[in-house]
Amino acid sequence: MLLALETSCDETSAAVLRDGVILANVVASQVRLHAEYGGVVPELATREHLRNLLPVVHEALDQAGASIGDLTAVAATRGPGLPAALMAGFTSAQALAFARGLPLYGVHHHEAHLYSPWIGGQPPAAQFDQFEPNVSLIVSGGHTMLVHVRGELDHTVIGSTLDDAAGECFDKVSKLLGLPYPGGPLLDRLAAEGNPAAFEFPRPLLAEPNFDFSFSGLKTSVRYFLEKHPDLADDPQALRDLCASVQAAIVEVLVAKTVRAARQLGVKCVTASGGVSCNSGLRRELELRCAKRGLRLRVAEKRLCTDNAAMIGVLAERQIRAGKAPTPFDEETRPGWSLER
Amino acid sequence: MLITRTHSVAETEAAGESFARSVQPGWVIGLSGDLGAGKTAFVRGFARGLGSPARVHSPTFALLNEYEGGRLRLFHLDLYRLNTAEEIRGAGLEDYVTRPDGVSVVEWIERWCGESQATEGAGPGTLRRIYLRTVDEQTREIAYDCAGA
Repeated sequence: MLLALETSCDETSAAVLRDGVILANVVASQVRLHAEYGGVVPELATREHLRNLLPVVHEALDQAGASIGDLTAVAATRGPGLPAALMAGFTSAQALAFARGLPLYGVHHHEAHLYSPWIGGQPPAAQFDQFEPNVSLIVSGGHTMLVHVRGELDHTVIGSTLDDAAGECFDKVSKLLGLPYPGGPLLDRLAAEGNPAAFEFPRPLLAEPNFDFSFSGLKTSVRYFLEKHPDLADDPQALRDLCASVQAAIVEVLVAKTVRAARQLGVKCVTASGGVSCNSGLRRELELRCAKRGLRLRVAEKRLCTDNAAMIGVLAERQIRAGKAPTPFDEETRPGWSLER
Repeated sequence: MLITRTHSVAETEAAGESFARSVQPGWVIGLSGDLGAGKTAFVRGFARGLGSPARVHSPTFALLNEYEGGRLRLFHLDLYRLNTAEEIRGAGLEDYVTRPDGVSVVEWIERWCGESQATEGAGPGTLRRIYLRTVDEQTREIAYDCAGA
C-alpha cells in the first residue's frame, strides 16, 4: 500500500493506493476537515500546507480503512513548484519513509499529469491495460504544454507556452471583464450561453508549424477591445457573447495544435489533464475534433483534472513496478525540474 | 526618474535586456503596471541580458520561476495572486523580495510594499522600482525610479 503527497502549489493532497486502485484521494480545499483540526485554512499560504498535511493524511488513511503500519512505500511531488510548498510535502514524506523504513519516491508533477487521464472506473483505478501511445495536453493556470507519450514512462515535451498559461488567460480576461476571481469557471458558464462568433479575437501561433502556445497577446487584445467598447460588458448578452468569443479563441488554438501533433506524430490517442481540461468548451471541442480525425480521446475525470495526490501515487506505483530506484533520503526538492530531464 | 518609451513588445524586451547588463548580485527589481503593460516581456529581455537561455514565462500561478544559465541566478516572481505582505511571507517568498541569492524581478511589487516606496540610495538587497504604463496599443512608457539603469 502506497501513500502519496502533493503540495507543489495551492493544494494539499494525500492519496492511498494499492495495486493501481485509488483507495482514497483527499484534497484539502475540497473537503471540510474535522473541527478538531481547525477546519480548512486559506489556500496560497505555504506554511498552511504543514498545518493541512497531517489531517489530510489521516483523512486519506481513514477513508482507505488503513493505518500507517499498512504502508509499504511513500511518494511525494518533488518538483516543479513553489520551493517552500514542495518542501512541506516532500520532507514530510521523507520523514515518514525514513521513520518507518519505507522506500521514498520523488515524483515529477507534470509527468504525473500525463497519467491522470488513465484513471477511471469505480473504485477509481489506473487503467494501464487500456494505455496506448498518445499526445497529452497539460493545461492549467500555471502550465500549457504538449507532450508526446511514446509509452509508459517514456515521453518528450513537444511544445509549451511562450508566455501565459491558458488558464491564466481565462482568469485575467475574467478580471478585465469584472468577474470575481478565479473567473475561469464562471467565464465557461457564461460562454455556454453566448455566441462564439460574435467577436473576433486573435488565434496566437495557430498558423505556426510548431506546438508552442502564446496567450499574452490575446489577453491584451481583449483589454484594447474593452477600451474601445467600454459599456459592452454591462449588457448581459453581450458579456456572454464576449466570453464565448474569447473562449473559442483559446480553445481553438489548444485543440488544433493538439490534434495536429497527434496526426504528425502518428499516434491514435489524445489525452488532456490540468484544471483547464474541466472547461466544458474545451472538452466539447476536443471530443468533436478527435472524433472527426478518428482519434481516441481520454480526458481526466473532473475531480482529477486539478492537482491531486492520486496521480502522484499512480505514477509512483508504475515506477516501482518498472524497477525504478527509490529517491535517496539526502536528495532535495527540485522547484525548477524540467520534464525533459 | 528616467523615462523611456518603447513601441513594440520587442522594444520592451530590449529595454529589459539592456537594464540587466548593469544589475548587481542581491538586487531586487520591482515591476508595476497593468495587465498587458509588458512586465513579463521586460523580464524575458532581462533574462536574455543576463545571458540566460531559459524560456521566460508568466509566474502568475507558480508565484516563482527560477532561471539559470546567466551570469546571475534570476528569480522571477509574480505577486498578482497575493494581496498582502503577510500572504507573501506565508507563501515563503520573503527572502526573494528582500535578499535574493542572485537577482529578483518581481511583478506586482506593490502587493509587497505599497504604491510608492522610494528607492533613493538603493544598495544591494534594496528595492529598485520600474513602472510600465500603456500609452496606446503599441506604445509603453517605462519609468525607472532607480540608479544604475
